[in-house]
Amino acid sequence: MKELFPAKQVMGFVFSLILTIVALLVYYTDMSFTAGMTVLLITAFIQAGLQLIVFMHAGETKDKGAIYTNIYYGVFMALITILGTLLCMIWGYV
Amino acid sequence: MDFFDRFAIPNPSPVIYASMVAIGLTVLAIIAGLTHFKKWGYLWREWLTTVDHKRIGVMYLISALLMLFRGGVDAVMLRAQLATPDAKLLDAQHYNEIFSTHGVVMILFMAMPFIIALFNFVVPLQIGARDVAFPRLNALSFWLFFMGAMLFNISFVLGGSPDAGWTSYFPLAGNQFSESVGTNYYMIAIQIAGIGTLMTGVNFMTTILKMRAPGMKLMKMPMFTWSALVANLIIVFAFPVLTVALAMGTMDRLFGTHFFSTDAGGLDMLWANLFWVWGHPEVYILILPAFGIYSEIISTFAKRNLYGYKSMVWSMVVIAGYSFLVWAHHFFTMGQGALTNSIFSITTMAIAVPTGVKIFNWLFTLWRGKIQMTVPMLYSILFIPLFTIGGVTGVMLAMSAADYQYHNTMFLVAHFHNVIIPGVVFAMLAGLTYYWPKMFGFMLNEKIGKWTAWLLSIGFVLAFFPMYITGLDGQARRMYTYSASTGFGPWNMAAFIGALIMAVGFALIVYNIYYSVRYASRDIGSDPWDARTLEWATHTPVPEYNFAITPQIDSIEPFWDAKKNGQELFKGKFEKIHMPNSSGMPFIMGCIFFAWGFSFVFSIWIPLIITTIGIFVCLALRSFEVDHGHYITVDEIEETETKLRGAN
Ligand code: HEM
Ligand SMILES: [Cu+2]
Repeated sequence: MKELFPAKQVMGFVFSLILTIVALLVYYTDMSFTAGMTVLLITAFIQAGLQLIVFMHAGETKDKGAIYTNIYYGVFMALITILGTLLCMIWGYV
Repeated sequence: MDFFDRFAIPNPSPVIYASMVAIGLTVLAIIAGLTHFKKWGYLWREWLTTVDHKRIGVMYLISALLMLFRGGVDAVMLRAQLATPDAKLLDAQHYNEIFSTHGVVMILFMAMPFIIALFNFVVPLQIGARDVAFPRLNALSFWLFFMGAMLFNISFVLGGSPDAGWTSYFPLAGNQFSESVGTNYYMIAIQIAGIGTLMTGVNFMTTILKMRAPGMKLMKMPMFTWSALVANLIIVFAFPVLTVALAMGTMDRLFGTHFFSTDAGGLDMLWANLFWVWGHPEVYILILPAFGIYSEIISTFAKRNLYGYKSMVWSMVVIAGYSFLVWAHHFFTMGQGALTNSIFSITTMAIAVPTGVKIFNWLFTLWRGKIQMTVPMLYSILFIPLFTIGGVTGVMLAMSAADYQYHNTMFLVAHFHNVIIPGVVFAMLAGLTYYWPKMFGFMLNEKIGKWTAWLLSIGFVLAFFPMYITGLDGQARRMYTYSASTGFGPWNMAAFIGALIMAVGFALIVYNIYYSVRYASRDIGSDPWDARTLEWATHTPVPEYNFAITPQIDSIEPFWDAKKNGQELFKGKFEKIHMPNSSGMPFIMGCIFFAWGFSFVFSIWIPLIITTIGIFVCLALRSFEVDHGHYITVDEIEETETKLRGAN
């Protein structure tokens, strides 16, 4: 019976519900903009990671290497794009 | 009648009415022809529902060639208008529409499908696979691309063409300055085609990573397959940015949001920024497969293995990384400070280094080679010096301080045509000529082919080198006319003559196809070029299952080694082969997407809602469909193999 019960998935589900509730707090409570954004960003990234690893089984096959390389590359590209955009539009704009 | 007003052309002219009639007649002729020759069933069974990568490749190819001519007609009109000062052939509005559609058609609906055609036809054969990883998704990719392209192409007879440039910068592209539905077409047609391309990217990455024949390690893949892998990786990371930017642009135009407006907190420059975050990687998506094609051709016709295989691979991987770090070089003049511009200047110049490595590798491959000057090789040899000039002017543009002089002049126009025509277009024509016998079972005529290559090269030099000069003298791009006192007249006349010579070159391609269909020998065997890679190891015409027995690989050029050292590629005996079933679903979804896009462009909401539901219904049906494909029996394989062996 123990092998049949998807404990990891259920825990993951509960955890993702908690993350959703925390994110909702930003709307229902009166936080400052920075605090709100910080909470949203952090919960969003954990949520995305949870989905990929627990529910989409990212690390469970022998393609683990290829999958994670792609994800890291994607994250890296996204960061470059965002930082570069900020550099062009805000920090470096005269 | 109010409802129909929206379809009227905002700036009509006799040419447009003539085109409407021509389009109507062509459609009627096609329908009549298909009915008369009873070809509807054939068309449906063999083409519209196919999931075979070879046929999908051929369909991409046909679309790309059609779009090449559509874009080419645009180009000749543009050059004709500029040939003399103060010309009245086109007015400013038509000139704007034509250069906008020319750019979009050539980059997204000609160059992209051309390279995807070659991916489709060549990559599975080169890696010894039976098909791509997701054959049905592949068919859907094609139909989305095709319907996007068709939607874009009807813009000039229904509602008006986009007129804000292929870059469609806001605020010009916003409702205030672009009132017609033209820019809606831009946003939505490219969106549909772009989703198709994104799926191609996922499909080919998976195919190349997962479906190589046993023994083909990554570092044993043929160079074209490597270039395809890297290009598809760039597709997967760059196209989502375009998707998002287009969605934001659509919302600005149709739903009153303010992402790119100049007021209400919008940031118009953000469009330019996002566009080039996609746009610069896009030019590398185009050029890397071109490099792959040249690598195959140069080593085949220099009769030696490619010099510096590892550095070739690494330079591509490095280019793929760099291509995401340079985008701001397209708007050095937009107002960022010196620090930002310097950073992007340096990253841009750095790209020239891996590109240079590749040029030297090709030269070293040629160095001790026994060169056979076939048509594909002629294109490759013409490519090296011409492309290098384009690269050098690119580095000139990369200096941000100097770019204030070059930016948005004809100098820039000369630069990118200089890299795209000898780089991408020549590669596609070379690849077309090289793979033609594998696709269709006969060769294209060599003599006409050489005339074409020379005419295109001479025409190219005459058409674009004068622009370097007028550009430095201050002729701005996208201006529909200029006065005689500027002195640009003679140079632009030269450019027009060059464009006409190129037009003759392109017409010769059609003539060559016609001539070779009629007169070329059908007795060419399966390896007419004495080539080196796996795609030449199977029969011509390629059977549905590509290889009766999966090949065993232990070198970079397995087929060459098999021919020279007698290594055995195909070990074992026939076994039944599992193949995917054809399906009408991708085509039907494509049609629904077309209707969806059309309703969106004209803001006709009820059909939009219905087609949206239709799309989701198709997705749901697919999820519940049970389709295990089919098997080709050993008997059938034996029969096909004996027949094809007899043919050779
Ligand atoms: C050595 C490599 C290259 C360098 C350093 C380079 C640099 C540049 C720079 C700095 C610009 C912007 C200039 C301006 O707007 O003032 C530019 C524009 C452009 N380049 Fe390149 N480039 C290179 C290779 C290529 C290649 C290989 C392609 C395509 C296959 C390409 C296609 C384009 C296009 C399409 C544009 C401008 C499009 C537009 O504004 O409409 N470039 N290039
Ligand atoms: Cu660029």
